[in-house]
Amino acid sequence: MAGDLYKKPILFAIVAAGVILVGTAVTMFIPMLTEEMHPKLANLKPYTALQLAGKDIYQREGCNNCHTQTVRPLKTEVMRYGEYSKAGEFAYDRPFLWGSKRTGPDLARIGGKYPDKWHEVHFDNPQAIFAQSNMPAYGWLRDSKLDPNESASRMKANDFPYTADELARLKDKTELDALIAYMQVIGIAVKKTPEPASSGITDIPNPLAAKPEAIKQGLLLYKEICAACHGDNGEGGIGPSLSDRKFLGRTADGSDGEYFTVIQNGTQAGMPPYASNLDKNKMWSLVSYIRSIQGNK
Amino acid sequence: MNDYQYDNQTVKGFIVSSIFWGVVGIVIGLWISVQMWMPSLNIPPYFTFGRLRVVHTNGLAFGLGIGAIFGITYYILMRLCKRPLLFPKLARFHLYLFNAAIALAALSLFLGMNQSLEYAELEWPLDIGVVILWVIFAVNVFGTIIKRREEQMYISLWYIIATVVAVAVLYIVNNLSIPASLTKSYHLFAGVNSANVEWWYGHNIVGFIFTTPILAMFYYFLPKSTGLPIFSHRLSIIAFWSLVFAYLWTGAHHLVYTPLPDWIQTLGIAFTIFLIAPSWGSVVNGYYTVGSDWSKMQSNYLTKFFILGITFYGLQTVQGPTQGLRVVSQLIHYTDWVPGHVHMGTMGWVTMTACAAMYYIIPKIYNTRIYSVRVANVHFWLVLVGQLIFSFTMWVTGIMQGALWKATNAEGNLQYTFMDVLAKNYPYWQMRTVGGLIFTVGMLFFIYNIFMTMRQGYIAQSDIKPVVAGMKA
Ligand code: HEC
Ligand code: HEC
Ligand code: HEM
Ligand code: HEM
Repeated sequence: MAGDLYKKPILFAIVAAGVILVGTAVTMFIPMLTEEMHPKLANLKPYTALQLAGKDIYQREGCNNCHTQTVRPLKTEVMRYGEYSKAGEFAYDRPFLWGSKRTGPDLARIGGKYPDKWHEVHFDNPQAIFAQSNMPAYGWLRDSKLDPNESASRMKANDFPYTADELARLKDKTELDALIAYMQVIGIAVKKTPEPASSGITDIPNPLAAKPEAIKQGLLLYKEICAACHGDNGEGGIGPSLSDRKFLGRTADGSDGEYFTVIQNGTQAGMPPYASNLDKNKMWSLVSYIRSIQGNK
Repeated sequence: MNDYQYDNQTVKGFIVSSIFWGVVGIVIGLWISVQMWMPSLNIPPYFTFGRLRVVHTNGLAFGLGIGAIFGITYYILMRLCKRPLLFPKLARFHLYLFNAAIALAALSLFLGMNQSLEYAELEWPLDIGVVILWVIFAVNVFGTIIKRREEQMYISLWYIIATVVAVAVLYIVNNLSIPASLTKSYHLFAGVNSANVEWWYGHNIVGFIFTTPILAMFYYFLPKSTGLPIFSHRLSIIAFWSLVFAYLWTGAHHLVYTPLPDWIQTLGIAFTIFLIAPSWGSVVNGYYTVGSDWSKMQSNYLTKFFILGITFYGLQTVQGPTQGLRVVSQLIHYTDWVPGHVHMGTMGWVTMTACAAMYYIIPKIYNTRIYSVRVANVHFWLVLVGQLIFSFTMWVTGIMQGALWKATNAEGNLQYTFMDVLAKNYPYWQMRTVGGLIFTVGMLFFIYNIFMTMRQGYIAQSDIKPVVAGMKA
């Protein structure tokens, strides 16, 4: 009887297979047949040919070995990366690219966080932006052009809609263009949480105005975080010049409070928000520093 | 003694191949460990961290791990069935195909052909190759067992059968994909569902590559090298069935706090905790086996390899279930803690046990003794120290990362930027490389010892007979 099991290899294999399949069925096969495992957000769009090419490069280069693409619903994680990930965001990802190791930051909300130009500079040489980064450089992706024929078969395999025109235009695009296009589309199906209205201080004066200590701290922070976009001395680059007296496209300069708010909340046009990374003192000291370089003019 | 010849050449071929791929994988491991603190060591396009890391994991899991499993399983199989392999020529073909497949696999991963499914990175044409390899293996395993000359199937054979069946199911299902070309395909499953399938696979491939076949080795070689019978047969039965039952429920512990439905996570976590019991069934069995005569630790140099191996398996199977808990996962998930866990298992349990099995097999095949017990002891201590440095540094830095990512200041803002935390990792990553180097030197002692044993056996055999025994097989 039961002892026979250990004398009959085929029977043994069948029983073992049965035992293995119970958990498999309950946690994997059966859920697959339900709606629960196939959610899709209403405004989620299939990838364009360019974006898909970028996603393929992301996979080819193994970016997922250092980057995750899922924000857990934990308070500090949402503060750091943005709105937590929803099941319906990934319907077009074959496979999912959530990753399992954060040697680099999560990218689930990278779409729209930086201007394209920033990505170009960063991929060219990550250490130019963050001296201590260990991310490899990917500027060499600029040397290869995309192949429309290959893209066509990949779009077909995914069953994504595309036009002949769209494919033809790929000829002039590089792999780097594709990767950046992919970066900019990740996570945008979920609306950014609007900043609380109360957080915009525009008429409060800078409590640290012209304090030498604050200017010094501001300088250090500026070099670390801001210089990559606004230039080593505020002369501008990816972002606008900070040493001039213009403010967000208008000719009149902003108030201390307006500067503070821009740093805190960012803007839609490529200035990242720093509310969750910098405390008020640090942000005010940055304002002090910016004022100090404007004074030099 | 016997009226038949064991197919020792194939066994030896697999062991040598496994060691070869092990060296490749370990060298790349060292390389990526340096890249993590010295990014200038990235050489695009083929040798950047993102591509090399998968060569490291595949090279070691499939080259070193599966190579050792094929060879050592064949060895065990013939002894437990008291007969040669049913299809020795097929086994030899299996050996060649295996090496061709691993070489192509490494090449394709350098080229960036990557399905981005952890431990299932190989693209679909290679997947077909892997399935063929596995079928050949299964044919020989089942054929030989069916035609065995020993009525009872010993514990090791149960684990081997379970491995053959489970890996087949896991590998085929998770690798189902929609090909776009010869070198590129898309997972048949999308989004959340894709994640669920992948981690059902991922956890269990670790279970049925790094656990069950290694347990098969453990249950065979521990009694063989100590001369002590396994403590409890009944415990082996209970541990076996509950292990293969529970394993398959637990994949979701890799997806804690992701958008995967909560009930699957919770169910996975519950079974994860239960998994301590069957795992420790084998640990207890191992300890009590040697417990009947602890002097074996002194008198037989291999005993300590097996006991330390099963100790790390025991620690691994307590740490693993702990990691699955939501409170723990939220701290250590995505951090360097996990590579700490991984390498305690792969270096401390898998490599330790497989090396000990090879130490046992090679002298037997060559009709000689181990070249040097002293060298084996040096090997033992070096890999032990290397692995402990690796794991401890990663646990410390992993907890630090997890804690600093969550830290907030008085205003409720995040205290540290991502870069602040990254910069703090460097000393630990450098120490990890030192640990890896020590481990590597230990492995070089092992290889030297095996090589010298083969040489010594070869010379002795050619002295006696004009034709070396077994060479014709
Ligand atoms: C060795 C690990 C590693 C690899 C591989 C890697 N990165 Fe990074 N990445 C980092 C680290 C660390 C940072 C943070 C520092 C920085 O911005 O350079 C980062 C930052 C980023 C950022 C900015 C994120 C933010 O929110 O500021 C993007 C975008 C990015 N990486 C994309 C990629 C892409 C795309 C690839 C693959 C082509 C890739 N990375 C490969 C480690 C890596
Ligand atoms: C990724 C690049 C980037 C980084 C990093 C960055 N900025 Fe900006 N910044 C921008 C862009 C782009 C704008 C223009 C935004 C707009 O027009 O809406 C901008 C606008 C501003 C403005 C409005 C100034 C004006 O004259 O229009 C201020 C002030 C500012 N940034 C300060 C900072 C400070 C301080 C830091 C560091 C904490 C920083 N920025 C980091 C890209 C960046
Ligand atoms: C000299 C010895 C070794 C060194 C220096 C080394 C180094 C590394 C490094 C740096 C990583 C990447 C970690 C990260 O991304 O943060 C890694 C991952 C990994 N290594 Fe090793 N390794 C070594 C030996 C081994 C051995 C012997 C095995 C298996 C038998 C192994 C299996 C793995 C696996 C499975 C991973 C993936 C871990 C994960 O996804 O979390 N390694 N190793
Ligand atoms: C009872 C047994 C075990 C349990 C419950 C368990 C549990 C876990 C958990 C929960 C993780 C995910 C950690 C995270 O990302 O947060 C993990 C990762 C891992 N474990 Fe274990 N573990 C067990 C035994 C083992 C053994 C024996 C090995 C053998 C080497 C092993 C190898 C790995 C590997 C390679 C990973 C990394 C997966 C990845 O790529 O992310 N585990 N384990």
